[in-house]
Amino acid sequence: MVENRPVRDVLAHAVLITGVLLVAFPLWVTFVASTLTFEQIVTVPMPLWPGDHFLANYTQVLTAGSEKGSSAPVSTMLVNSLIMALSIATGKIAISILSAFAIVYFRFPGRSFFFWSVFVTLMLPVEVRIIPTFKVASDLGILNTHVGLALPLIASATATFLFRQFFMTIPDELAEAARIDGAGPVRFFIDVVLPLSKTHMAALFVILFIYGWNQYLWPLLITTSESMYTVVIGIKRMIAGGDASNEWHLIMATAMMALMPPALVVVLMQKWFVKGLVETEK
Amino acid sequence: MAEISLQGVTKSFGKTEVIHTTDITINDGEFVVMVGPSGCGKSTILRMIAGLETSTTGEIRIAGKRVNEVEPKDRNIAMVFQNYALYPHMSVYDNMAYGLKIRKLAKDDIERRVQRAAKILELGQYLKRKPRELSGGQRQRVAMGRAIVREPAAFLFDEPLSNLDAKLRVQMRLEIQKLHRELRTTSVYVTHDQVEAMTLANRMIVINAGVVEQIGAPLEVYDNPASLFVAGFIGSPSMNFLPGLRSGDGVEVGEGLVVPLPPEIRGSAGEQVTVGVRPEHFVAGDGGGPRFKLRVDTVEALGADSLLHAGFNGSHLVVRIEGHSTPRAGSEFEVSVLPGKAYFFDTGTGKRLGA
Ligand SMILES: Nc1ncnc2c1ncn2[C@@H]1O[C@H](COP(=O)(O)OP(=O)(O)OP(=O)(O)O)[C@@H](O)[C@H]1O
Ligand SMILES: [Mg+2]
Repeated sequence: MVENRPVRDVLAHAVLITGVLLVAFPLWVTFVASTLTFEQIVTVPMPLWPGDHFLANYTQVLTAGSEKGSSAPVSTMLVNSLIMALSIATGKIAISILSAFAIVYFRFPGRSFFFWSVFVTLMLPVEVRIIPTFKVASDLGILNTHVGLALPLIASATATFLFRQFFMTIPDELAEAARIDGAGPVRFFIDVVLPLSKTHMAALFVILFIYGWNQYLWPLLITTSESMYTVVIGIKRMIAGGDASNEWHLIMATAMMALMPPALVVVLMQKWFVKGLVETEK
Repeated sequence: MAEISLQGVTKSFGKTEVIHTTDITINDGEFVVMVGPSGCGKSTILRMIAGLETSTTGEIRIAGKRVNEVEPKDRNIAMVFQNYALYPHMSVYDNMAYGLKIRKLAKDDIERRVQRAAKILELGQYLKRKPRELSGGQRQRVAMGRAIVREPAAFLFDEPLSNLDAKLRVQMRLEIQKLHRELRTTSVYVTHDQVEAMTLANRMIVINAGVVEQIGAPLEVYDNPASLFVAGFIGSPSMNFLPGLRSGDGVEVGEGLVVPLPPEIRGSAGEQVTVGVRPEHFVAGDGGGPRFKLRVDTVEALGADSLLHAGFNGSHLVVRIEGHSTPRAGSEFEVSVLPGKAYFFDTGTGKRLGA
């Protein structure tokens, strides 16, 4: 701000700090709860300062899981979530960049038909087609597998559409220059299109990783064996019955760990992410 | 190096024919400029030679070999684009070397060729930079470097200078001239700028609406334009045109003025004849040819000479005269055409009489 207006500054900061507190407070409560014992949590009021059960709670969920509800260790769930989120993110990017490349750079019969049919599936998120998808997955025998967790979510109209829009901003002359230089379609894709799409791929990766990590309905439906639970499902399964029977300290510890990987991805890839959303290096 | 020839070439996009039957032969080592207004089909012809566009009919030959079915990369040509089309993520060096790498040339051979091109184009110190770190002129030089390292049979340029500012354009024009003197590679150069065409061309091809109007050396085209279009397009300011009617052995252009037809074209002249005179072919006072009494509208004093704008019988005339005998705007002024410098065109067909 160029002008120096103390009242406005104070007001602005007050609003911002309130906002931060509103977001941070539940997180703080979650964290505090994950360091207490069950008895401490159910006392009224609940303490707002961390207790001394941090190590005990986290070790228990990581290695043994909770005693009631689900008993799978959270470490297994984290690995499952990671596999699923990574497969979904990389799979979606790989498939959509290839289909966008085909749609933009090749003239084949039914090109616009295919583009529009991909586009129309934007209107069909997982939730809408979940019953038939379940039937197909079950027929393929991929219930309770990592493949089953990721595969049905991989096709992505959104990413295809975004890559298509990006490719259309690459000047035609670049493809023509490459053609004269002797690069066939595959070389052009590898040597020119991929490097130019780097930042877009990174930005999409962040978004899709979080999308994959937070998947709820589909994993809930197809994972019945505890060894296949993702961490999001794990939390749900731990909340088994009435209030008193839930081990809130363990649930909160699990929730904290479920939060970490997406946060980490965002923090680590922030630079790329922002670049991918704003850059115009062409 | 190679000769390029187009025989009976046409090009249609869908139902519209944008290039009508075209025959062009470009000799080995020649620098040919295709010039014409926007949308006339220059780029399309160039792209057909490059193989980026297929011709609808006709035959294209490079070095005597039919190339209609040959991929661009196998035509042994290199192309320079208007927007440079450099690979944005590659260094200057890699931009130039890319095509050679694909061709699987030996590393030291690539190095040698790139260094040589960099030296010719004075790009040595920029080899490690990315295109976005270069100025427009430097980018254009990289684009030319990419063409040079290929050591192709022919260079194809599509308006390579039109994204540059006026000063840089003049400089790059001279560099292209120098380059051609050194390399002697057959070159086809597309532009809509007639100054570029006049200065660069060994021969120029004037194109209008998909039709080749005239092919010839720049001065030959300037001196002997084949049609109204060419006469108006080449030369700046443009040639003045006075539509007239045949009257005996001359053409009456209005206000009682009759411009005599030279004896050799009297036979071919019809009823309607347009008389053309270049601004520089007028002289103040009596120069021997037909005399015009003009009322001067505006005067542009350029120093060495002045341009007079005047109306004559409903037409707008531009007259270039020596700089210091300039009349004032609004005054009456008499000019005459230098002997033998009037051009005569059939108003209906646009063709030059006797040509
Ligand atoms: N892919 C295409 N589909 C349909 N028509 C086209 C296509 N490419 C060019 N044309 C038409 O062909 C004609 C010639 O185009 P071309 O690009 O050769 O013009 P140009 O002489 O290079 O013009 P400029 O000086 O503006 O570059 C134009 O009328 C244009 O509209
Ligand atoms: Mg063009």
